[in-house]
Amino acid sequence: MTAASDQLRNLCRDCLSRAPAGAGRCPACGSPRLLSHPELGRLAIAHIDCDAFYAAIEKRDDPSLADKPVIIGGGRRGVVSTACYIARIRGVHSAMPMFKALKLCPEAIVIPPAMEKYAAVGREVRALMLELTPLVEPISIDEAFLDLAGTEKLHHATPAQSLARLALRIEQELHITVSVGLSFNKFLAKIASDRNKPRGFSVIGRAEAVDFLRDQPVSLIWGVGAKTRQRLEADGIATIGTLQRMRESDLARRYGSIGLRLSRLANAEDSRPVNPDGVAKSVSAETTLDTDVSDPHKLKAILRQLSEKVSRRLKKAGIAAVTVTLKLKTSDFRIRTRSRQLTDPTRLAERIFQAGAHMLEREADGTRYRLVGIGVSDFVDPRLADPADLVDPASGKRAAAEAAIDRIRDRFGNLAVETGLVFDEKPAGPQRERRD
Amino acid sequence: MRATVERSHLLKSLNHVHRVVERRNTIPILANVLLSADGGLTLKATDLDLEVTETVPAEVGQGGATTVPAHILYDIVRKLPDGAEVSLDSGDGSRLEVKAGRSRFALQVLPEADFPDLTAGDFPTRFTLPASAMKMLIDRTQFAISTEETRYYLNGIYLHVVTVDGKPMLRAVATDGHRLAQAQVEAPAGAEGMAGVIVPRKTVGEIQKLVEEPESELIVEISETKIRATLGSVILTSKLIDGTFPDYVRVIPQGNDKVLKVDKGTFAGAVDRVSTVSSERGRAVKLALSDGKLELSVNNPDSGSASEEIAVDYPADPIEIGFNSKYLLDVASQLESETAEFRFADPGSPTLIQDDESGSTLYVLMPMRV
Repeated sequence: MTAASDQLRNLCRDCLSRAPAGAGRCPACGSPRLLSHPELGRLAIAHIDCDAFYAAIEKRDDPSLADKPVIIGGGRRGVVSTACYIARIRGVHSAMPMFKALKLCPEAIVIPPAMEKYAAVGREVRALMLELTPLVEPISIDEAFLDLAGTEKLHHATPAQSLARLALRIEQELHITVSVGLSFNKFLAKIASDRNKPRGFSVIGRAEAVDFLRDQPVSLIWGVGAKTRQRLEADGIATIGTLQRMRESDLARRYGSIGLRLSRLANAEDSRPVNPDGVAKSVSAETTLDTDVSDPHKLKAILRQLSEKVSRRLKKAGIAAVTVTLKLKTSDFRIRTRSRQLTDPTRLAERIFQAGAHMLEREADGTRYRLVGIGVSDFVDPRLADPADLVDPASGKRAAAEAAIDRIRDRFGNLAVETGLVFDEKPAGPQRERRD
Repeated sequence: MRATVERSHLLKSLNHVHRVVERRNTIPILANVLLSADGGLTLKATDLDLEVTETVPAEVGQGGATTVPAHILYDIVRKLPDGAEVSLDSGDGSRLEVKAGRSRFALQVLPEADFPDLTAGDFPTRFTLPASAMKMLIDRTQFAISTEETRYYLNGIYLHVVTVDGKPMLRAVATDGHRLAQAQVEAPAGAEGMAGVIVPRKTVGEIQKLVEEPESELIVEISETKIRATLGSVILTSKLIDGTFPDYVRVIPQGNDKVLKVDKGTFAGAVDRVSTVSSERGRAVKLALSDGKLELSVNNPDSGSASEEIAVDYPADPIEIGFNSKYLLDVASQLESETAEFRFADPGSPTLIQDDESGSTLYVLMPMRV
């Protein structure tokens, strides 16, 4: 780092000028949005998260929505994908069932998600990020890690300045807001970006990281879900501080490889690089049905379409998966998940569907379902996928047929080709109903 | 029902029958074992696909039958002291009282009339063969049974009679699509003309435990939908897999002309050593063959690489081919002769592995991409 960047401790987020220490407002532009941190010039790993992304886009495109509570969510029923900050004040949050959200906030305007539109904006945001550094690791459509180390000379600015400028640019050009977390590793950068949303810029430096983590709950640690949290709490470990006081070897002995990770992250150590090719841990697709369905044929037809979606994403990402998970939500909101390890990794829709359909058959016991989903995980090298089969020589032909279908769909759209199963169950026309 | 049984007899029998009972059951009576006293004590357990019956010597005070939870009765008898006499008394029919020494248990019963019966039906095919022959057929093929439920017709051993050189042979075949295992014995009298049947994996495992005593004779009866195996006082009846076993003969390569002869032990040792560095998935071992030389190697980008060279009898053109190391080890451990014979065609086609003197066992392995 240059001496100049080393000295950057205060920054105005609106005019990007260096503000003097202790100022309440920027002397240059009068903005109160001043950043001040002793390590501000020395941190380079960032996490950027768009604020209420889907809702923000809808508000941008229809200014009359600006001062109204807006909820983005699936169709007639379904769940909240995103709630705008006005709706959030009323207690609405994402993944909440829509009827609950509307009870909390009856005047909310519900908009069905327009994924294509959001994906397009997501790509625009990513393009702006990539102007700063090639090391952009997208986590989802609206958030990403950035590694800005070594970009000072290129941009004539420290990472903090570049990020502040990026945030402004996204606001001015795309008319949505983002929150930035800046730190020295991914773990802390992600925590930081969450600290003062929306339109935030939060910094966690090396000096205070361990102290900052001390009083935080263990659930803040990446990878600690409900199960691990319960286990840790049962063992008397509720805060990260407790983990910090324990020896790494003891934690490793007690919890295995998770223990090692807990110990390192608790002590603010995270050596994961920002990996632009980083892939997800699982790929899945699900859909909330317009009406509850118990008919196994109808469920299977939906499962087939979802399997194709998942398979196409696997093929695009150049990976193969070993585990197939079926997800069902009953009409009374109980979630059933069933998973199965395949004997060989796959990327074919056919095999994902077969495994899913087999599990579905057992669950299609007359129960009415409101949601069906299928996902794959445990990714492996695609060269291991779908090996030749001794007793099923047609498997190679089916794989080729699938590849042909993919090519047709790439050219003419998803509806250009359909399997018989799906075609049969297309929006039940009167003919079909009579036959039933 | 009232009967007294020696603990060791009861334990041995419960040992046979309780395994059939699934730990988790949605139909309560399937968690139970049927006890019926009539001359001796007969125990019966079932999971609706497989049923095991065994009769043990008992002193019967009063004939009759009842059903009690199988795993609980098994655990009780297991924990009783050696040499104990166990008395079973169903009294008025609401409880089964189990007494031994100073221990006393009262178990909930379910009516015996509700206990399902699998045995009904005729068995047109019936033959007797040495337990050791059945053991050989199972041991040599069982590992290749598929666990993939979507291909249910591969979830068992295909047992059928073929004519080889004018002689009828009883043949067992199993495959999971990656490997195929075939073993055969001379067909016993009565087996000729039997229809090919697929014996489910769980049943195969139970028969295998039954035939551990090599001196005994096993009676096998087969109908279109069921198989029954009787050994001494134990009768095992099972449904067969209702499906068509694929035309496996097509799969067995005929024209593979690159022949490798290698000492089985040396080969297995080398495969085992080099595969130490392979990953959990994709345990590919590369076999590079050239004149008189076999080089085995594994390359795992995550952990490292390994290679080993052995002298072999290989006169054909060089070839490089990959296999799953586990499959190679499975096959090597089941070959009879000291020398294994591999017949290759090319790196993408099935390879044939068999005993050198063209013994009774034959394996086909699908290569892996390496």
